[in-house]
Amino acid sequence: MVSVIANNLTKQYGKKKDIVYALKGVSFEVEKGELFGIIGPDGAGKTSLFRILTTLLLPDGGTASVDGLDVVKDFKAIRQRVGYMPGRFSLYQDLTIEENLEFFATIFNTTIQENYDLIKDIYSQIEPFKDRRAGKLSGGMKQKLALSCALIHKPSVLFLDEPTTGVDAVSRKEFWEMLRSLKKQGITILVSTPYMDEASLCDRVALIQNGGILSVDTPEGVISSYKHPLLAVNDGNMLQLLNLLQQYEGVLDAYPFGEYHHVVVKEGYSESSITAYLQQQQLGQVEVHAIRADIEDCFIALMKGEGRS
Amino acid sequence: MITDNTAIYAESLTKRFGDFTAVDAISFDVKKGEIFGFLGANGAGKTTAMRMLCGLSIPTSGKASVAGFDVYKQTEQIKRNIGYMSQKFSLYEDLTVRENIRFYAGIYGKSDAFIKEKTAFLLRELHLEAEENKLVRSLPLGWKQKLAFSVAIFHEPEIVFLDEPTGGVDPVTRREFWNMIYKAAESGITIFVTTHYMDEAEYCNRVSIMVDGRIDALDTPGQLKKTFNVSSMDEVFLKLARQAKRSGD
Repeated sequence: MVSVIANNLTKQYGKKKDIVYALKGVSFEVEKGELFGIIGPDGAGKTSLFRILTTLLLPDGGTASVDGLDVVKDFKAIRQRVGYMPGRFSLYQDLTIEENLEFFATIFNTTIQENYDLIKDIYSQIEPFKDRRAGKLSGGMKQKLALSCALIHKPSVLFLDEPTTGVDAVSRKEFWEMLRSLKKQGITILVSTPYMDEASLCDRVALIQNGGILSVDTPEGVISSYKHPLLAVNDGNMLQLLNLLQQYEGVLDAYPFGEYHHVVVKEGYSESSITAYLQQQQLGQVEVHAIRADIEDCFIALMKGEGRS
Repeated sequence: MITDNTAIYAESLTKRFGDFTAVDAISFDVKKGEIFGFLGANGAGKTTAMRMLCGLSIPTSGKASVAGFDVYKQTEQIKRNIGYMSQKFSLYEDLTVRENIRFYAGIYGKSDAFIKEKTAFLLRELHLEAEENKLVRSLPLGWKQKLAFSVAIFHEPEIVFLDEPTGGVDPVTRREFWNMIYKAAESGITIFVTTHYMDEAEYCNRVSIMVDGRIDALDTPGQLKKTFNVSSMDEVFLKLARQAKRSGD
């Protein structure tokens, strides 16, 4: 069963001269119970997309629905059914943890007790501090409170706009563990992130850039559709190595990737031709080995492909 | 020990707010022209430490010097000799590209001739000649961040502090940005950078990792991986940060 449909959505801001196209015809479908990632950098259109799907912004073109309800006509019904956690913390800073949660429960005509089971795992971590004002909480606690508030009316679809941006690696891992346990309870989750490495934690992802979708697939599907052989190369002088690689005719693209440089090999060339080339350069100990692309490699290739067309 | 080659020096540098010790006796030094990664979980004390090094917050105790100036007594000289950029604040969105450059260069007291010549060079290097009179607001994020970095080192500071400069930036631009960092370091500017991207930790000459106000590890990325017997900086970071008792910012 389909939960969310975006069909050729467009959105633009500004007037004639300074017009910005935030969404340029975005289409995808999310199945019920799916954990769906919208992966892309700042300015890709993620927030505009989420605001349209949560009925907070009108699209300029295209249509969209949530649980079969139209985002324009049926906005009231949709608001009852979705939970939305915006990128910027937007709870009441001078209400306590418990007051915030109660407030959201009341708005949706429910009580904390009624849906406590759903939020228990998350809320119990901050409940010992329930009398503390939201403005005084640490980043991680704010995040848990915001998620609890977005869940308290038992939404069928949860929209999380960049919940892990600016969050350190440990807290990011914890947050994704929370999402996975929510998914088990049958909630459809759409989550946006600029971190490419989070793609692998989703059931399916949409890679988005400059208001357009680059690819919609399972993380595995995105990776297996990567066309070129890819190498990881490393030696003592990485800057010199990168220059040499970028100059070589058999290299389609070479870019730093942590400890290694990733090298996209042109058709007609291979690992051994690149190794041979590098050996001629009299570098020190060069390490070359074939690797599988990850989502970031795919994103880079898709971005550059888009640039060429 | 401070030598001619020392850009930043800290010894038992400490900052307390009431009972809370935000930065707990950290000691380290950064060499001139080094790319130094300053990592840590949210709330570990990175920002407080950086504020002291930038002359914006007076330490509670300990010693530190930046570009040869004392963090207690010579904060104005420090500010003149460093550059700073962060993801959150960098350029004025309501000023044009050219106005932003002019504004920052003016603050640092550069001469008109210097500004004129260097602005032309910079616009050419960034391929922003056609955009020089556009509002910064209208530029894509990646361009903004690259411009912000160029503006932060426009006055040719000895050290530039970069606070999560690449957060949210696309993977291609992120790499172009690091290319600029390398070039700046080659020209002798010392780079002090924080990031949440662990692949970027690999691009640093040395990396320190803060946990609960202390520096729990400091070495080259290669040596850190050996010490902790793991294959990536991500794992080094997780191993250390998981020991933290204090929670995020």
